[in-house]
Amino acid sequence: MRKVSKVAKAWDRGFRVLAAIGAASPAVFLVSIAAIVLVESIPTIRFMGIHFLTETRWDMGNLYGALTHRNGITAPAGASYGALVFIVGTLLSSIIALVIAVPVSVGTALILAYRVRGPLGFLLNILVELLAGIPSVVIGLWGILVLVPWIANALAPFLKSVLGFIPFFGGQTGTGYSLLASGIVLAMMIVPIITATTRDLLMQVPLLAREGGLGIGMTSWEVVRYIALPYIREGFIGAVALGWGRAMGETMAVLMVSGNATNILPQNLYSPISTMAAFIANQLDSAETDASGMAVHALSELALLLLAITLATNLVARWLVRPRRRGGVVAP
Amino acid sequence: MRRRRRKWKSAFGWGLAWLAFALVLFGLVDLVGSVLWQGIRSFHFSMLFEPTQGIAGGLENAILGTFELVFIGVVFAAPLGILGGIFTSEFAPPRLAAVIRFVAEVLSGVPSIVIGYFGYLLLVLHFHWGFSALAGGVALTLIMLPYILRTTDTSLQQVPLLQREAAWALGMTRTQAILKTVWRPAASGMATGLLLAIAIGLGETAPLLYTAGWNSNNPSLALTHSQVGYLTYVAYTYLDEPYAQARQLAYAAGFVLLMLILVIQLVVRFVVWRSAARSGRSAA
Repeated sequence: MRKVSKVAKAWDRGFRVLAAIGAASPAVFLVSIAAIVLVESIPTIRFMGIHFLTETRWDMGNLYGALTHRNGITAPAGASYGALVFIVGTLLSSIIALVIAVPVSVGTALILAYRVRGPLGFLLNILVELLAGIPSVVIGLWGILVLVPWIANALAPFLKSVLGFIPFFGGQTGTGYSLLASGIVLAMMIVPIITATTRDLLMQVPLLAREGGLGIGMTSWEVVRYIALPYIREGFIGAVALGWGRAMGETMAVLMVSGNATNILPQNLYSPISTMAAFIANQLDSAETDASGMAVHALSELALLLLAITLATNLVARWLVRPRRRGGVVAP
Repeated sequence: MRRRRRKWKSAFGWGLAWLAFALVLFGLVDLVGSVLWQGIRSFHFSMLFEPTQGIAGGLENAILGTFELVFIGVVFAAPLGILGGIFTSEFAPPRLAAVIRFVAEVLSGVPSIVIGYFGYLLLVLHFHWGFSALAGGVALTLIMLPYILRTTDTSLQQVPLLQREAAWALGMTRTQAILKTVWRPAASGMATGLLLAIAIGLGETAPLLYTAGWNSNNPSLALTHSQVGYLTYVAYTYLDEPYAQARQLAYAAGFVLLMLILVIQLVVRFVVWRSAARSGRSAA
């Protein structure tokens, strides 16, 4: 028998090393992103301390005036970096997005999984997946063209007249560039993500369990309600968490329709807001004009916070949707 | 009585589901329709061959810049991602493979603006590259890499073990087996992933704002210290301008972008559908 040649063995070893480098690269990038953003935000962490999270005023100070010193850090006089407005904006807009997207996604996933099949089902599946591929800047374009005028002229007055007695729904209806617009745009972006995951989960519900439900005389809706939905519950929560992480990290569409409020907390559903991601994108020019470099460090801390929040939701989501073995009737 | 109530409840539940479904379809159609409609009205073919001048002109610089940035992104992301996917599927023990997949998923969950800001801090400021094609390309690499890695891994996983064993039985090393036989059935899946990654790269804005800058001239071949224009920037920035011409340019940019991405997506679906139909499995 001929042995494997030395050359082939050397090639094999070399290729393995190359492949390992490729496989290690995501970890390397992830660690360097976290490390760089963390190191760059140390000056602001020392300068602002906990007030970064509790202060609403984001002010780069007088860039051409005197400098102040605090905790060994030099910053322009009057500088204050408080991110509360953006934290609140991020949380509120993403929660509104979830409130809209979750029921819509469940309904769509049910239809896609149980009600359409054959070529029509294939086509409709493609359409929903297409929505996931549309760039966020195009969704923002749609937001400015269609959504914002519609909110200003129709939706906001309507909501106010019907639900105006609830505190957050009353008050000024504004220009349409608002918390509500951000929430709807974000919902557009996360519906395909949640729908696709939920649809796949629904397809995994064992046919035997569903047929059993029908066999004891349940209606098809009761099968969904009492068998299919409880079966996918954990995975579904994971899918929602995944969508939530995406909604909090989304930048462009929100930047275009949020109204970019600074230094003021939203008063109602129709107030302009800003999110952490949108604010970072919005502040490029001003960050570059700050000779002391503190603005860059402050934005870096904002990026660090955003990274931490989205990573945490992502980890929880992955843990919930992880494939697992179940006992009982399950076949596959 | 009770049975009728349950029947009504069932109809009501499914009615809500259909309503949700109709809402999603309506949103998609309204979005694509209004952007295409505005785009067609503002788009002229001359825009493809004319760089931006001030707030008007064409999109040549942005289109070329987008292609340059995506090209640089793919040049880094494709080899790393494909090699990484091969390692995950073929060489790594199950535990390690799970870890690599997990890390790739986490990287794909990092908000794109954070990747852009990381690029700004490290490449633009520390490395002194300035706003440049290379910085933008590397930022796009980070977006595309986990995606390419995952699709490569998934499509290799679908190749039956039998094929590898047959290759090993002929005395091939693992590397030879992968490079000579195993990659073939997985090739269409890998190509699909690569194309979709390119579509993602084309549509990204946030990672480029802080790394590529903007340039109203056609991109030069300089990799660093020379800003590059790109399509999504036009769509985002020129929409805010008070001039009709600038807004038209923004709509046209959105239109070109949407067309590019729709074409890639549809081609990919078509290829997947064809290969699924040919191998006799049901298309889905």
